[in-house]
Amino acid sequence: MMQPTDNPYLLIIILLVGAVAFAVTPLALAWLWAKKFSPRKPGRDKNAIYECGLESKGDAWVQFKAEYYLYAIIFLIFDVETIFLLPFAAAFNGLGAGAFVAMVVFLLLLAEGLAWAWQKGVLTWR
Amino acid sequence: MDEGLKSELRKQGVFLTSFEELYNWGRKNSIWPLGFGLACCAIEMIATSMARWDLARFGAEVFRPSPRQADLMIVAGTVTKKMAPQVVRLYNQMPEPKYVIAMGACAISGGPFKQGYNVLKGIDRYIPVDVHIPGCPPRPEALLHAFMTLQRKIDEQPLSGAARPRHLVAGAPSEFPVPEFGEHDLEPASNPAVWQPPAPARA
Repeated sequence: MMQPTDNPYLLIIILLVGAVAFAVTPLALAWLWAKKFSPRKPGRDKNAIYECGLESKGDAWVQFKAEYYLYAIIFLIFDVETIFLLPFAAAFNGLGAGAFVAMVVFLLLLAEGLAWAWQKGVLTWR
Repeated sequence: MDEGLKSELRKQGVFLTSFEELYNWGRKNSIWPLGFGLACCAIEMIATSMARWDLARFGAEVFRPSPRQADLMIVAGTVTKKMAPQVVRLYNQMPEPKYVIAMGACAISGGPFKQGYNVLKGIDRYIPVDVHIPGCPPRPEALLHAFMTLQRKIDEQPLSGAARPRHLVAGAPSEFPVPEFGEHDLEPASNPAVWQPPAPARA
């Protein structure tokens, strides 16, 4: 008679079959049970894609205008301006004439950028 | 199997059961509600599921965010006419066997807002309700009681015969008609297959 230890792979195969059966049997039983006791009854609502209660409508392939990126860039002007204006205002009383002039030049540079963009017609939404 | 013999054997320590009993025992102890609240009653429903009242004792703490995984819909709160089609649609998307608890005065009848032009006078006009709970809002104990009532109902549900659940009847439709939000009211105003009110007694 052949012992299980004769071929070392025999044990592995037995364990493998046991493991697969352990996983597949409950699934197969559930499938059989469902076949008998919860028959498939598809319908319009049941097959609907979304589960929020609302019906989906319209097209998913909607295009968005990419032009708003110009607004985002111009927003940066004011963004950076605010960051530098706050310490400027906080230290305003102790500032020398040179620092004041430097700050005004900086502000004018930014304002010039805005004026340039405005003049190019970027602020008009098409 | 004779019931008397079964209980006699149980006294002797022999436990006998049927597939039906086992199935219902499993089902009644793992009712997953739909995470779905409409108004103030939902706060009581949430309280019921938290530590103090602990709905988890009944195997029902798993509030599912998707109707496709839920067994129970707790209609907790005022159902407005704008919301009613969505409620029915969600109910349609739940897999059978499914159950409904109408929680609170609003869900069962319109409650204090019954005279309102935009309030549905009870969700049982469109979907079959298994347990009604009165109260405004019902306390968590009332919801637990409704839950236990539902568990008893599930326990007694046969898998065959005339009293078998709807989804095992071959010809029965799987979905309930969803009302449309019409110009003056929901159209139709009720589902006659579900809602057959007794005629009002007039003196």
